[in-house]
Amino acid sequence: MKGTVNRMEVILPMIRFLDRSSLGAHVPHRKNTRESSTAVMPVPQKIVLMMSQHIGAPANPVVSKGDKVYVGTLVGEAQGAVSANIHSGVSGTVAEITEMIASNGSMQKAVVITPDGEQTVDPSIQPPKVTDFNSFIEAVRQSGLVGLGGAGFPAAVKLSPKNLDGVDTLLINGAECEPYITSDHREFMERSGDILDGIKAVMKYLNLKQAIIGIEKNKPEAIALMRQKIDTPSITVKVLPSRYPQGAEKTLVESCTKKEVPKGGLPADVGVIVMNVTSVSFLSRYLKTGMPLTKKRLTVDGDIVKEPKNVEVIVGTPFSELIDFCGGLTSEPVKAVQGGPMMGVCLFDLSYPVLKLNNALLVFGEKLGHLPKPSPCIRCGRCINGCPMGLSPVEIASAYQRENKEELAALQIDLCMECGTCTFVCPAKRPVTQTMKLAKEYMKKGGNA
Amino acid sequence: MAQNLIVSPSPHIVHKDNTRQIMLDVCLALMPALIASVLIFGYRAFMLTAVTVAAAVVFEYLYRKLMKKESSIGDCSAIVTGLLLAYNLPPTLPFWMAIIGAFIAIVIVKQLFGGIGFNFANPAIVGRIVLALSFTAKMTTYSYPDNGIDAFTSATPLAAAEDPSAYLTLFLGNHGGVLGETSVLALLIGGVYLVIRKVISPVLPITYVATVAVMSLLCGHDPLYQILSGGLMLGAIFMATDYTTSPFTRKGKLAAGIFLGVVTCLIRFFGNSAEGVSFAILLMNIILPYINRLTRQKALGGGKAK
Repeated sequence: MKGTVNRMEVILPMIRFLDRSSLGAHVPHRKNTRESSTAVMPVPQKIVLMMSQHIGAPANPVVSKGDKVYVGTLVGEAQGAVSANIHSGVSGTVAEITEMIASNGSMQKAVVITPDGEQTVDPSIQPPKVTDFNSFIEAVRQSGLVGLGGAGFPAAVKLSPKNLDGVDTLLINGAECEPYITSDHREFMERSGDILDGIKAVMKYLNLKQAIIGIEKNKPEAIALMRQKIDTPSITVKVLPSRYPQGAEKTLVESCTKKEVPKGGLPADVGVIVMNVTSVSFLSRYLKTGMPLTKKRLTVDGDIVKEPKNVEVIVGTPFSELIDFCGGLTSEPVKAVQGGPMMGVCLFDLSYPVLKLNNALLVFGEKLGHLPKPSPCIRCGRCINGCPMGLSPVEIASAYQRENKEELAALQIDLCMECGTCTFVCPAKRPVTQTMKLAKEYMKKGGNA
Repeated sequence: MAQNLIVSPSPHIVHKDNTRQIMLDVCLALMPALIASVLIFGYRAFMLTAVTVAAAVVFEYLYRKLMKKESSIGDCSAIVTGLLLAYNLPPTLPFWMAIIGAFIAIVIVKQLFGGIGFNFANPAIVGRIVLALSFTAKMTTYSYPDNGIDAFTSATPLAAAEDPSAYLTLFLGNHGGVLGETSVLALLIGGVYLVIRKVISPVLPITYVATVAVMSLLCGHDPLYQILSGGLMLGAIFMATDYTTSPFTRKGKLAAGIFLGVVTCLIRFFGNSAEGVSFAILLMNIILPYINRLTRQKALGGGKAK
């Protein structure tokens, strides 16, 4: 029997080696701001609260022009099951309720608030009364918490999966695999106590057996600190390889638990709930104070930002004011990205406001703002060996070009998470990820372009 | 604040490697073999290589010019093709024959099918095979080493009687044969460089060579002799690993390596041609779409792609 086990230990990794390389990409780290402790940005001239700062239905404004609001006042109310509340981070007056183009191109309602500078806290703010699972989920819903790693999925929905009985593991995502961003790293360094309290609260109310904190090995200080602070054997730190996209949900689940999230499924299907480290840390503070999510730490970096640093900013602050707080720019901006350089979304206007789910602002000048010109595909297969999902981008691109629906379905384009690895590794500099997005959209529409 | 911001889909950074860099790495990896061939066969080996490379680059330039397409000699892939073709020629081959080979490789096999990334077979392999079939006598006139060091006095060692005391000679390459394939040591240095630089994966060459060894044992031939002689090392390290004409996945590379090893041995042991490696690689190139289709990766959580 023992011999069989040993043989399997040799054979299984070999099968895994041949089945899927999933090498990901060795992206440059550029974590220039890792030592930069969070600077608190003063109250801005105005805040603009977009009503869609999460995945799901936009919130509905519950204030009107001229209303007085306070810090923590509910401004937008969640609509439907998958949605999230939006609160004011300033005390002041509602200047207008308007419509703006969101960075995805759609029109969104937005509430503009002129701060009075007093930062008076809403008198109704008090710690939530949490006694059991239902009151816990209700508190999370009220807090307006969304996935702060960048996806913005409403936390209350994530924490109440259909098969809660089958879930036993809380996985805390502290991989932070995107270049530049150190915002989660600072959360570890500055609020380790809150993180552990939050983990314990989630474990208590969801009745979970264990928690694993996944941290990429390029953050040794965070790993050491968390290992030192952990005071219970049910919470462990998992050191992850420094390889993009280590923090992608399915990749993280596989790295930490060796389980594969099935196609179309959720981590809960394999007994895991994944939460971002900053999210869980916020949750513990909300349970103590009742102050909803109105502030966010952003890493401001890029080759033309004068003073790259981590900034705690009130949600809704225009990016242009955030840049001014970081000393301004050394030259004309060519590209501005909210989020990391691998998956971040371009800003078309620097007056655009900070969203809850943002974790970075990157501003690039002439040197880094342009990408090299594409050349013909040499079929080297780097996109295939890099793809964390084990897909075949080069074959998908060719099937998409031929509008071959059957082939695209067989190649499982629907599994693509658009992480950007294929474009990053392509030596011919082809926009592979963009083609994957187009192919995915094409299939979603039933194969009609 | 200026607002002429570029809005483009993510990602916003890319890796520094590019096609040209990869091709230059391959050229660099081929240099030890060139030096070895000059030491073994004399300066004419260098002259023949220079003529073949120049012809390949000129044909690539002229074709793109004539077809009013953007010039592609900047990606340096024509240099690689020229080098590989030259390494497959006997050092004594007349220059004009080498130029015909370069024409077939670059114009017929590569550019007529759409240029880099679209060739159905390895251009240098087809160039060699066409020359071997057209000018059989000249292509099989294997010259002897030109440096006075004691060496094989037979034709290519594969066709010669097996001599167990000659492994070192085979390894160093001081024997008759085509220009770039004799020195296993020089080719291995290049291969290790390519693997370290992550230009090629070692899966295919290792499987290919291992399969030849196993097949030789099964068929009662000396495995070490089979590995060290003929064009196996050049083919396994540099020709069969050509991106466009080799499988994408590890599984595919493994399958192709086994296929190549089996076909090479069948031709060597049961055929009467010295072109075992060339024909094996050409055959692999032709069935490549099927290999790729049958050896796709298993997607994470998604089962096997069909």
